[in-house]
Amino acid sequence: MSNLVFMPVLWPLLTGIILVFFSKQPRIQRILSTISFLIGIWISGVLIYSVHNLGVMTLEVGSWSAPFGIVIVADMLAVLLVLTTNLIVTAILFYSFRSIGKERESFYYYPMLQFLIVGVNGAFLTGDIFNLFVFFEVMLMASYVLLVLGGTRPQLRESLKYIIVNVLSSAFFVIAVAFLYSAAGTLNMAQLSQRIAEAGQPGIFSVIAVCLLIVFGLKGAIFPLFFWLPGSYYVPPIPVIALFGALLTKVGIYAIFRTYTVIFYHDQGFTHQLLMGLSILTIIAGVIGALAYWDVKKIILYNIVIAVGVITYGISLMNEAAIGGAIFYIIHDMLIKAALFLLIGMMIKASGTADLRKMGGLIQQNPYLAWTYFIAAISLAGIPPFSGFTGKLLILQGAVEADSYIGFAVILLSSLMVLYSVFKIFMYGFWGKPSETLLQVKEKDWALFIPAAALTGLSVIYGVGTEAVYPYISQAVDTLLDPQIYIDAVLKE
Amino acid sequence: MEIVMAAVIGILFMCATYLMLSKSILRIIIGTSLLSHGAHLLILTMGGLKGGSVPLLGEGANSYADPLPQALILTAIVISFGVTSFLLVLAYRTYQELGTDDMEQLKGNDTHE
Repeated sequence: MSNLVFMPVLWPLLTGIILVFFSKQPRIQRILSTISFLIGIWISGVLIYSVHNLGVMTLEVGSWSAPFGIVIVADMLAVLLVLTTNLIVTAILFYSFRSIGKERESFYYYPMLQFLIVGVNGAFLTGDIFNLFVFFEVMLMASYVLLVLGGTRPQLRESLKYIIVNVLSSAFFVIAVAFLYSAAGTLNMAQLSQRIAEAGQPGIFSVIAVCLLIVFGLKGAIFPLFFWLPGSYYVPPIPVIALFGALLTKVGIYAIFRTYTVIFYHDQGFTHQLLMGLSILTIIAGVIGALAYWDVKKIILYNIVIAVGVITYGISLMNEAAIGGAIFYIIHDMLIKAALFLLIGMMIKASGTADLRKMGGLIQQNPYLAWTYFIAAISLAGIPPFSGFTGKLLILQGAVEADSYIGFAVILLSSLMVLYSVFKIFMYGFWGKPSETLLQVKEKDWALFIPAAALTGLSVIYGVGTEAVYPYISQAVDTLLDPQIYIDAVLKE
Repeated sequence: MEIVMAAVIGILFMCATYLMLSKSILRIIIGTSLLSHGAHLLILTMGGLKGGSVPLLGEGANSYADPLPQALILTAIVISFGVTSFLLVLAYRTYQELGTDDMEQLKGNDTHE
């Protein structure tokens, strides 16, 4: 029964391996992938239910007791993110059926999707810092392949840059692990936390914390390290962009969550102030990008950067309201970013261009798409009944409690700018006279619309049902703010 | 011994950084390999270079070298092998398709191919 904790990793791994044998039969791959992800949702639902009732669940791999073997830890934050990941990837899978094309389908697109999920779920669930590195690499290898699959010229050009940046950050990760091992003598997160607490986090641990911030900042695109994102995420097909935009950066943020709340929390004056400064600059940089472009994909890509800044700002405040807000916001942001990318993918398909100045009048052709986009856009900005509101409200409340008024103002203004940037898409893309490039398609593409609308609907439910979701979030906050719960669960003392 | 290793690793990192900032793709890939060599040597050094037998129980020695860093390095080596081979093939494909190995010419956006 306790093997259930590892199922979100094992299940897609098994499916991925089986799918490799059917690489030339897209129909079998589609059916198997669908079944696999639906079971994945079910498994993560059961996992949330058990973690809610039993507290933090752990699995000692190979029955070696905790600090010596690898331990898989399912606390509430991890399982919530695992469920969100599975929901998003299922929607993207249905969207890919229609849009990814025969060529890519028969060259291991679906197995790579599974392996990407292995890496993402593994990174969420692991309790060992070197194991985290390995799952990062699993995720990154799959993402390299998904990025370059198809082999068009822009894809080749940008994948080269993406891979070089990630090789650099992986080397940095290995270096940070080496220092950490030398300074603390262990790689198990719970024992690390314990030993650093005993030593009272002397300077060397703060240096390692910053080293890890550079690593996770490169994966998660925070301020001086986000330069690779707008170029690399621009080139792959829409389902892959949605997958990357929703999941990959968020894994980096989750790792910051983990390291900065469970392991390095003793010298907050240094590490957390640094994180706070960088987050505010991240928001500003993202806003500048989101306002500057007339390209729909670029606008949403820079909105990823803004959201990353908002979440890391919530982490840096380290009080109950802000951490709760950050968790609320990260789940909302994963859902809504995936939905937005799928929706603009349909816009680009219908208009034949990604340039807003050449679009127009889409609302006459496809009103459903237009109003779904409208709801997604106001959810992103955080208009009250929808899902972006509660997270930002809690983060702002946390900012007031911590007397951090610059961040408070920046977040409020950034919401306004986010609203402006997504409404620019709405007003220029959907309103106005139908442009010449608008394709005269009669039937509406339900196979693309339904997954996108389902994700938007989920985020609406998530926003309206805040009361129902909050007990789970507050359980996640408890574990993050009191590392002793985590340590006791892992080391069983 | 650790001091010497630290200095050597520092030089490796320096060379890697220098090579990764150059224009040619191949030089950058050589830079990434030097970087991973440096990182792997760093794990070994940070695990401690005290004397001791090889970590094989059959040796029956009084003290052994730390086995954990060696396992970490082995994992890191195969991962960087995988990534490097992918990167080399990608560089080859890029050279075939775009006809250049100069990073300066690989910028630009999609409007002018």
